[in-house]
Amino acid sequence: MSLDVLQSDNPIYRRRLLKHRIGILLSISAMAAGILALLWILAVLVINGLGAIDLDMFTHTTPAPGSDGGGLLNPIIGSLMMVGIATLISTPIGIFAGIYLAEYGEESRFAQITRFVTDIMLSAPSIVIGLFIYAIYVANVRHFSGWAGSYAIALIAIPVVVRTTDNMLALVPNSLREAAFALGAPRWKVATLIRLRAVKAGVVTGILLAVARISGETAPLLFTALNNQFFSADMNAPMANLPVVIFQFAMSPYDHWRELAWGGALLITFSVLALNIVARIVVRAGKNNV
Amino acid sequence: MSASSLDSQVTSLAQSDYTHAASGAKWQDFLFHKITLLFAALVLLVLVGILVSLIVGAWPALQHFGPGFITRIEWDPVNDEYGALIAIAGTLITSGLALLIAFPVSFGIALFLTEICPAWLKQPLGTAIELLAGVPSIIYGMWGLFVFAPLFADHVQPLLQNVFGDVPVIGLLFKGPMMGIGMLTAGLILSVMIIPFIASVMRDVFETCPSVLKESAYALGCTRWEVVKNIVLPYTRIGVVGGVMLGLGRALGETMAITFVIGNAHQLSWSLFAPGNSIASTLANEFAEAEAGLHMSSLFALGLILFVITFIVLAAAKLMLLKMSKGEGSK
Amino acid sequence: MNSVLLGDPPVASAHDSVTIKVQDLNFFYGSFQGLKNIQLDVFDKKVTAFIGPSGCGKSTLLRTLNRMYDLYPGQRAEGSIIYKGKNILDKDVDLNVLRAKIGMVFQKPTPFPMSIYENIAFGVRLYENLPKGEMDERVEWALHKAALWTEVKDKLNKSGLSLSGGQQQRLCIARGVAVKPDILLLDEPTSALDPISTVKIEELISELKDDYTIAIVTHNMQQAARCSDFTAYMYLGELVEFGETDKIFLNPSKKETQDYITGRFG
Repeated sequence: MSLDVLQSDNPIYRRRLLKHRIGILLSISAMAAGILALLWILAVLVINGLGAIDLDMFTHTTPAPGSDGGGLLNPIIGSLMMVGIATLISTPIGIFAGIYLAEYGEESRFAQITRFVTDIMLSAPSIVIGLFIYAIYVANVRHFSGWAGSYAIALIAIPVVVRTTDNMLALVPNSLREAAFALGAPRWKVATLIRLRAVKAGVVTGILLAVARISGETAPLLFTALNNQFFSADMNAPMANLPVVIFQFAMSPYDHWRELAWGGALLITFSVLALNIVARIVVRAGKNNV
Repeated sequence: MSASSLDSQVTSLAQSDYTHAASGAKWQDFLFHKITLLFAALVLLVLVGILVSLIVGAWPALQHFGPGFITRIEWDPVNDEYGALIAIAGTLITSGLALLIAFPVSFGIALFLTEICPAWLKQPLGTAIELLAGVPSIIYGMWGLFVFAPLFADHVQPLLQNVFGDVPVIGLLFKGPMMGIGMLTAGLILSVMIIPFIASVMRDVFETCPSVLKESAYALGCTRWEVVKNIVLPYTRIGVVGGVMLGLGRALGETMAITFVIGNAHQLSWSLFAPGNSIASTLANEFAEAEAGLHMSSLFALGLILFVITFIVLAAAKLMLLKMSKGEGSK
Repeated sequence: MNSVLLGDPPVASAHDSVTIKVQDLNFFYGSFQGLKNIQLDVFDKKVTAFIGPSGCGKSTLLRTLNRMYDLYPGQRAEGSIIYKGKNILDKDVDLNVLRAKIGMVFQKPTPFPMSIYENIAFGVRLYENLPKGEMDERVEWALHKAALWTEVKDKLNKSGLSLSGGQQQRLCIARGVAVKPDILLLDEPTSALDPISTVKIEELISELKDDYTIAIVTHNMQQAARCSDFTAYMYLGELVEFGETDKIFLNPSKKETQDYITGRFG
């Protein structure tokens, strides 16, 4: 075998080196493609949507088909209301369930199963959640409503909060828990006053991520909250919301509606991305404190 | 206050005080356990509830059409004839295409982030990829329909048809009118959506490979590419499969992105350029106006099928990822 | 304790040639200097041991010889390490080829996630295209060299991970010799093994030195005394004393060496 430490004429080695270089090149291309896709999407949103964003969008209700003017006031308010209520519902449920998993997760079969199921629900099809709420609620009260929409997106938010709370609590070092127990503190106080408090930044992150996730969800609202052309703050009636309005307007043949759809899309995307980034900053600060 | 009186205050806690506090604490702990258990049980309850409500809703259709429902091609609301095959095929084909494209790209991204990327770039690039996952699905749909599809129709589809159109079997995949939307487009958009998930899992899993193992390969004179391909990837293969299945699970249930670009046609075709339907897009388009009866029940049946398939895939993914982390813990 | 402690070059017989010559070697982990002005000769077909207390730089020195540190940005070496007439610290040296000629076995046994046969064939295939028959021979030869053949000859297709710790380490040694390197670097090869496996591997080392130049890092002085021909004693990144093993252990020149050998510290 003739291998000179400077270089090698060995044809096998040459071929390997070539494969290596191609592989690395492809890897870099894949990364570039990913970043490009993100930038492309953001650019498209800004180019098409920025024009629609003005004061009118926030102060006028949705225009009739084919007409000009109008804005996205009712869908924005509707979304804010439903996301707000969904967050109010899902946060306590998610945190308590997360505490249960973190506290009793090792010792209980039930807890392990619950954790397993939660993780699955995290990625489950959101349109099926809509079907579920339709079946148990909408069909019974015989009308679409803002409440139904809230329930549907609350169900999507809950696994996110549970998972983050569980993960964050697990980061608390055992020594902290043991120190609290050594003082004679009861288990529930150790779990909440000590452990939960230690990671409250992380838990807030979970809530922010859940809000980001449900703000953009369309499918579960399609047959729960449905939509409303007019301004309505009545949770018991079909409620306008940004994602469904965007869906309807974007698929329509009317230019002005399409324009508004892009504006709404831009609004949602940047809100969601901002929430994601804030959440990331919060969790990093939280992890440093644990 | 004098020190001695302070001392007497402290020592005045009698045994009874401790036992009183202790038994109070016992009750509190018991309640705490039960309350948190209740909330956790809610999650399980929802799962069971979903299954039950889907089955109940789907029952009339399933009873009417029997197990053959899954293989029937008709979807005719006018005549109340329904079958799941078109929707199932659409779901599986678009997800399969998405996975085919997403797997190598995710691998490339994970390789880059773990082995090639300079340290200062790792965080921002990793975050950028994760932001892709945060973009709402409806945005992907709009981008797909209004920006991607026209470009696809003008440049890529003619190219594909020219190159492969006359090849015996493969040519069938690329026949027909080039409208930009259709199965292939839907698969492509979907792949962009699931790449961040698969890439994240792969990256996390690659990082568990012990560096001494990689160094052993480098010590033999392996190139970086060879180390990842021959050592890291096999070492982490269970986790990688788990990550891929996680991506598949997401792809199967994806609704809005697909609905915009799949074409919403109740037809089956060999061509990837043809429009079709997936379970999720069928539901999105038809459920709100469906009348109670066979139509709505068939839609419920579709939902049930989707939920079951997705649940199985995601459960398998989770089991693999658990197995992976257990194995590494025992080393 | 300043540099320039070496004094006279090590005494070597007229027949000994130098495979690796280390000159003015300095090594840095970021701003921390891990090796200071090392001068060392590694003699052909002899076993050279690096000993010293934790943190003295012995592993660092070993890992410069095959430029393993290159994998980690922030670690750099200055000076020269002459191998085959070339300073391997130069930028134009092809690292893959270098590492094929200078093999390394690590402290923790690291069988690849493949069969025993494949573990060995993998390295060979990097540079040689052997037909099946010849590859079988090479694998058998390597396993014989590592004193592992009789134990695994009936289960070559089983995973490398199915072996015991000592066997795994011998597999790694077999993998290292299969590619026919000039030099074998052993980084504390027995510290993770039980005493019986340790003895087997030490016997192996004395057989292997007929064919290979060996450099071994060990925190076990007795092992160095048993196995090596030359010993380098290091402390805090400096080479305190280097010479024939007998001399180092029985009649060291420096007091620091004497203190370490007699167990005064470390």
